[in-house]
Amino acid sequence: MDLTYTPEEEEFRARLRAWLAGVLPALPPKPSPHDWPARRAYDLGWQRMLYDAGYAGLHWPVDAGGRGATPTQHLIYLEETEKAGAPYVGANFVGLLHAGPTIASEGSAEQRARWLPPVLRGEEVWCQGFSEPGAGSDLAALRTRAWRDGDDYVVSGSKIWTSHAEVADWCELLVRTDPDAPKHRGITWLAMPMDAPGITVRPLRTLAGSTEFAEVFLDEVRVPAANRVGAENDGWRVTMVTLSYERGTAFVGEVVACRRVLSEVAREARKNGRWDDAVLRRRLGRLNAEFRALWRLTQWNVSEAQSTGGVPGVGGSVFKLRYSHARQELFDAAAEVLGPESLDLGREWSLDRLSSLSYTIAAGTSQIQRNIVAERILGLPRGR
Amino acid sequence: MDFRLTDDQRALRQGVRALLEGRFGREELRAAVDRAEGRPPGGGRVLDRGLWRELGAAGFFALRLPESEGGVGLGLPEAVLAFEEAGRVLLPGPLVATHLAAGVVPGAAGGEVVVTSADGWLAEGGRAEECLTEGGAAGGGAAARGLACGGLVEWLDEADVVRGDATGAVRLASVDPLTPLHRLPAGADGRSAGGALRAARTPDRLVASLLTAAEQLGSASRTCESAVQHARTREQFGRPVGAFQAVQHLCADMLARVETARAAVYAASVTADPADIAAARVLADEAAVRGARDCLQVHGGMGFTWESDVHLHLKRAWVRTHRAGGVTQSEEELADDLVARTV
Repeated sequence: MDLTYTPEEEEFRARLRAWLAGVLPALPPKPSPHDWPARRAYDLGWQRMLYDAGYAGLHWPVDAGGRGATPTQHLIYLEETEKAGAPYVGANFVGLLHAGPTIASEGSAEQRARWLPPVLRGEEVWCQGFSEPGAGSDLAALRTRAWRDGDDYVVSGSKIWTSHAEVADWCELLVRTDPDAPKHRGITWLAMPMDAPGITVRPLRTLAGSTEFAEVFLDEVRVPAANRVGAENDGWRVTMVTLSYERGTAFVGEVVACRRVLSEVAREARKNGRWDDAVLRRRLGRLNAEFRALWRLTQWNVSEAQSTGGVPGVGGSVFKLRYSHARQELFDAAAEVLGPESLDLGREWSLDRLSSLSYTIAAGTSQIQRNIVAERILGLPRGR
Repeated sequence: MDFRLTDDQRALRQGVRALLEGRFGREELRAAVDRAEGRPPGGGRVLDRGLWRELGAAGFFALRLPESEGGVGLGLPEAVLAFEEAGRVLLPGPLVATHLAAGVVPGAAGGEVVVTSADGWLAEGGRAEECLTEGGAAGGGAAARGLACGGLVEWLDEADVVRGDATGAVRLASVDPLTPLHRLPAGADGRSAGGALRAARTPDRLVASLLTAAEQLGSASRTCESAVQHARTREQFGRPVGAFQAVQHLCADMLARVETARAAVYAASVTADPADIAAARVLADEAAVRGARDCLQVHGGMGFTWESDVHLHLKRAWVRTHRAGGVTQSEEELADDLVARTV
């Protein structure tokens, strides 16, 4: 049980901190959360700055263009960038945290050379084409079909909840290539160019008012067979690699952010007199316990990942389950502190409160996470 | 940074687990409960002094005492692992108080002497060596200086030494058959302006809170395992009940609480930071109490019987939540921490 960082790690932290302190004040103001083209430009600009400073793809393997950082260094990176108020990964989320690591792990040399550098340099944005209207939590029930025609796959069907589809260059697409195989077996992972003919993107408005995801309709879209990552019909295994990354490290920076917000909420309560309410005060105290523990759980998971060569394990499900609820409780508590002001969408934390409602649904609902914990960690019989 | 247990720590945990499984398995637990049940009102020894001495010989109480003083010379992380194991098997007795008395009260380190503490002495100004009471009977000995702020004393009648002032302690019909309890009268100075009970953050109170959290963690871990084991084997509607999502989700939440509490407890043992300890306590108390309740639910009607061990875990978990700065105080401390420093 060692929570101290090595001198090298501390030096890395100090260098990063100094760099952030130098560049962040000069950043342009953040665009409106509803303006996706502007957000794309902003997020890619930030990614380019990271690239030029040598921080792009920090935790990616060196032969994938990354820096080969240890999980602990990556943890420090996420902690420090969040503490410094650096831009969120934003439109680069899928490229950096889903598709990129998947291609780095499962792609051919040509595929890595084609797709990874533009992600790191902030030149291309990816979106995730996993869910379908009939295949959300039951992802393997997806029906979007792809059949082989010469050197291409021809894809027809539709996807939904496709984050950043409006502004994406590429889509990590799951398609059914063998309709007769058991449902987990006949799936293939493709990289689909978003400018291919036959693709229609219809943005969906979220309850928070923004359009960060979309419906995507695919009408005989031709995707080169060379864009297939992993073997044909082996897409489920490839996908599981992607999802374990999502659950393992995707929320580290957010825990740090939540701890900061919680302190701000407490200070606000002190200012506006709500602090005298012992019930509310203790509720904030309990949230402090929760986010402290989630940070420690993160350090635990990172230590485990470090010992297994960097691939996060199923422990991520425990984290995701607790974190998504804690996040919602945090912004509910913030609303309690703000009182009627919380109904003003212009007020800080109001949009966050709305956005937090997605956390128990996206990236595997809390119910699915519980199934994973019960069946894969606790070894209970398969459910029904 | 490698948060995982070291090989030595794993070995220590295995050693303590083996000792306790061999010496205080389920049969010994039930025998102790039966002894406690048959005890005449107000008397009769229940605590196994032989076991207490074995624990002493194994270094359980002297774990953190420097080797130069005859101790084992280990730290809080190791003590937490040992107390987690004690919590797993519901080891009875004033373990935390005796552990804290090692090196202060002669005989405590070796397990020859059973030491309990009046929770109130942990309040401000409490210096252990100034307020020892001999003999263990309620009301005897030196009065401490304005320390009483209510609270409980565990094992008062059986302890050889009571740290703190137990004057006027009143016997309770303890909910936990294996933890006899006395209630202390509330003192005039015990309450802060806010009305909340605020014990001082003395090092001993913090350690007592952390070791209590470790016991809660062990208990939570055990009830989670017990629920899962039952859910795997107990059949209803022609299949194991663990195949039903409603039961799976109860179990999954139990594990999530255990693992979150574990991360908090282990981290607090490394940092010894007061807010980390308060966080560990809040989460471990919750994991133990809710874990035992959910375990009882998974066991169905069987869980409601005396023969099942689940109720023993729940009752002990309830008792522990009142020890050395309970949930209210921990939450208040964590609230203070939010405005006292930036993340």
